[in-house]
Amino acid sequence: MTKQLEKLVGWIDDRFPLTSTWKAHLSEYYAPKNFNFWYFFGSLALLVLVIQIVTGIFLVMNYKPDAAIAFASVEYIMRDVPFGWMIRYMHSTGASAFFVVVYLHMMRGLMYGSYRKPRELIWIFGMCIYLALMAEAFMGYLLPWGQMSYWGAQVIVNLFSAVPFIGEELSLWIRGDFVISDATLNRFFAFHVIAVPLVLLGLVVAHIVALHEVGSNNPDGVEIKKHKDPVTHIPLDGIPFHPYYTVKDIAGVVVFLMVFSAIVFFAPSMGGYFLEDNNFIPADPLKTPLHIAPVWYFTPFYAILRAVPPMFGSQFPGVIAMGVAVVVLFFLPWLDRGRVKSIRYRGVIYKVWLTLFIISFVGLGWLGIQPATPLYTLLARILTGVYFAFFFLMPWYTKIDKTKPEPERVTG
Amino acid sequence: MNVIKKLMMLALLVVPAMAAANVGPVLDKASYNLYDQASLQRGAKYFVNYCLNCHSASYMRYNRLTDIGLTEQQIKDNLLFTGAKVGDTMETALNKKEAKAFFGATPPDLTVIARARGADWLYTYLRGFYKDESRPTGWNNVAFDKVGMPHVLYQLQGEQELHVEKHGEHVTQKLVLAKPGTMKPAEYDAMVGDLVNYLVWMGEPMKTQRIVIGMGVLLFLGLFFIVAYMLKKEYWKDIH
Repeated sequence: MTKQLEKLVGWIDDRFPLTSTWKAHLSEYYAPKNFNFWYFFGSLALLVLVIQIVTGIFLVMNYKPDAAIAFASVEYIMRDVPFGWMIRYMHSTGASAFFVVVYLHMMRGLMYGSYRKPRELIWIFGMCIYLALMAEAFMGYLLPWGQMSYWGAQVIVNLFSAVPFIGEELSLWIRGDFVISDATLNRFFAFHVIAVPLVLLGLVVAHIVALHEVGSNNPDGVEIKKHKDPVTHIPLDGIPFHPYYTVKDIAGVVVFLMVFSAIVFFAPSMGGYFLEDNNFIPADPLKTPLHIAPVWYFTPFYAILRAVPPMFGSQFPGVIAMGVAVVVLFFLPWLDRGRVKSIRYRGVIYKVWLTLFIISFVGLGWLGIQPATPLYTLLARILTGVYFAFFFLMPWYTKIDKTKPEPERVTG
Repeated sequence: MNVIKKLMMLALLVVPAMAAANVGPVLDKASYNLYDQASLQRGAKYFVNYCLNCHSASYMRYNRLTDIGLTEQQIKDNLLFTGAKVGDTMETALNKKEAKAFFGATPPDLTVIARARGADWLYTYLRGFYKDESRPTGWNNVAFDKVGMPHVLYQLQGEQELHVEKHGEHVTQKLVLAKPGTMKPAEYDAMVGDLVNYLVWMGEPMKTQRIVIGMGVLLFLGLFFIVAYMLKKEYWKDIH
């Protein structure tokens, strides 16, 4: 039996780089041995992508992208399709889980300097994935055609009308109509199901290929390729990804699935944060809800948008600020002038700034859910200032930061 | 210990600040029990008899009621009024355009109203109608000001009036039963309780099943984790 299998693999290898790919990316890809908790989130992000695609395919079997019957088709899936409710809840929970995992994955990058040279391109691909993910989530949210779906899309697409000169034409082009309508639903469906998933898959492949070209970073920020075995040329602190990290990631996946299943089966609405109450009312273009708020994963940027006051009668500065808040992350590899990569060896100044950044991000996230009262608007303005200061002052404070000496070998 | 206590006090101070952000009528607590099939069946009876005259429940099939212990024959004999078949969805005979003309607003579909408004709101709403001559229907509601819906259940509850008392700056509103109905207040509250129970169930009929399946899934994953972790430990024995 094994001889037959060997012959088959040999036949494939003569025509396709099967064994060489397996070796290069799994059994002979040497990763640092000191990966900790923060290193689970990359593989979990890949898992959630697969969950979303598979549940998405089954949803599309019964979902109807027509403004008149979309809401009803979702309820049909919930009630009349066997286990349709489970697929729906997995998809809605998966969307929020995707952002939890991705934010923690990015946090790891921030803490350990994973974006630093020579890994700048991995970070840029990752940021492109983040943008694509936000587009994917935004367009997916319109599909149930509830009140929040409709009005959230209305607010955000109207932002494009704030662009000077071309704004109105641009919004019309995006919407396919003068207001969010059936035309918008149809095109968002096409983008959400086909266009953006293809882009996401391509970007994820590029992200991993770029990573494997350079090799993974680690919690100490030490380059393991600096110290290799003289005979085998294997990094001394490196271990083959397969079987060590495949088996460790399996355990990580099981823990994730426990949390994920607890939500899917016991609290899929998450108190209105994963499935908003208002979205159980069919979209009504004539009735504006009292509070229009985006889903939780967009709220930090929404808070920044609302914090910026109109200038010269235009909301455009707020839109710019919101855009810059995301785009500034692309420049992280060049803003960080620190002598060391990992937070373990950074000084007090950097640690203070990182803490301030986390407070501003979480604080802005909470403020984005609240109505814009004068007090909350003031708080949002302060936190927006802190958020931008973290990035724009980084070249200065990372340079003056008193760092500890980075070790030669990993410490675990 | 002191630091932890201080942090907990701080956390408690945040809670009322967050509650203050939610403006709206004070809601009574609805106690519902999705495992009480007798209550759900009574609620189904009230829903079909009183609500389906104007409201639809277009995503709810009559035969789904077998989930709460009714047989198809019982459904056919007692709950089908509009000439519908037992596999049909609960539609209303009232034309939507005419309803808008009569009431000023189309009576909304009630299939997932409990998920949109919440059980407490529904419980308060159905017991919160009071006489108001300024309204076209003669009725207003404490949970939904200037509502277009009349008090469908007024014969059962009786007629309430809203007494507004001003103590300086503090204004209190109280509902007082001016004319009694055929049910005593406690009876009426129990009836509305059954109806709200039914509406919550109808909003998500698979809720009790998903909880049971979830417990099985978590049990399986728990056992799987033990095995997966032991496997990880075994492989990682060689790594130092």
